[in-house]
Amino acid sequence: MEGKQPFDTVVATHSATVLRVCRAVLGPVDADDAWSETFLSAMKAYPDLPADANVQAWLVTIAHRKAIDITRAAARRAIPVAAPPDTPTAATADSRDLDLASALTGLPGKQKQAVAYHYLAGLPYADIAAILGGRTDAVRRAAADGIAALRRSHPDAATRRAELR
Amino acid sequence: MSTSDLTGELICALAGDPGHLRRLHDRLAAAAQADGILDIAYQTVDSPVGPLLLAATDLGLVRVAYASEDHDKVLQVLADRISPRILRAPGRLDATARELEEYFTGRRHSFDVPLDWRLAAGFRSTVLHHLPEIRYGQTATYAAVAQLAGNPQAVRAVGTACATNPLPVIVPCHRVVRSDGGLGGYLGGVDAKRTLLTLEAAA
Repeated sequence: MEGKQPFDTVVATHSATVLRVCRAVLGPVDADDAWSETFLSAMKAYPDLPADANVQAWLVTIAHRKAIDITRAAARRAIPVAAPPDTPTAATADSRDLDLASALTGLPGKQKQAVAYHYLAGLPYADIAAILGGRTDAVRRAAADGIAALRRSHPDAATRRAELR
Repeated sequence: MSTSDLTGELICALAGDPGHLRRLHDRLAAAAQADGILDIAYQTVDSPVGPLLLAATDLGLVRVAYASEDHDKVLQVLADRISPRILRAPGRLDATARELEEYFTGRRHSFDVPLDWRLAAGFRSTVLHHLPEIRYGQTATYAAVAQLAGNPQAVRAVGTACATNPLPVIVPCHRVVRSDGGLGGYLGGVDAKRTLLTLEAAA
């Protein structure tokens, strides 16, 4: 009988993607907490997960709920704080990367969720509609609007990439 | 600019570096331990007989595996037979790793860490429980161990028990040899058996 993979393999396979999704939705500061809470609660439930479940979609669903919890808790605290001087992305990313990351985080909720879950986590629009509670075509439109907004704020990405090559 | 260029940039911009992901993993292992959901912790240590996989439940050390057993396969068997809630988490294996290091440098002759025997059952388990009675530096024949385990006829079963020992090195099946003076087989390979017996003979 061959059952589920060891949870360590699940973490190794999906760790980077879940962190990207958390950073996209929450920004770099709260993303680590969201990542931790996502994998901790996934590990609790893991033995009961159906063997044929789509693990990535399952993790993104949990991350989505954790991000909502964290956003609500932050709103309740409602004490404005300055961004810490050294955010996790600052060490490895250049300022343009930071711009693009914060432009994504700054998009309206549905747009950034649709972009993150579709383009970063690779989920089909129908799965995202199930997570967000809505219609598939509305999710597709939100993702397209989000991408268009990012393209407007960062028009020179392709040119710059060509220069770097 | 194409959408794939833009999303490519996003993927780079939001990436966590390997050190960051490692710290998150360690933090998860600590939180899982604190919440009582880390059913199996494991780590790998280097040794004179190659890398050894060490795995422990909250009861104690449950598995030691040679590289030749394929560590990924061993972890999958642990997931199937005990629980898939498995993480690399060195903390729980610190004492075992330290005792093994002392053993391989000749400073330790027996092991004190708690053992979880659940992967051995029936007569095999009885055999394995008797093996620590063979003292460090000594050997015993398969027939002698069968007698020790209370069933002198069960020489072949002793061989099977040794070949399927879930806790090699710690539970010293390497000290069981053939009555004609041959080393006999070993789940970690005959070279590993010779290395361990040579180490013990020298101390």
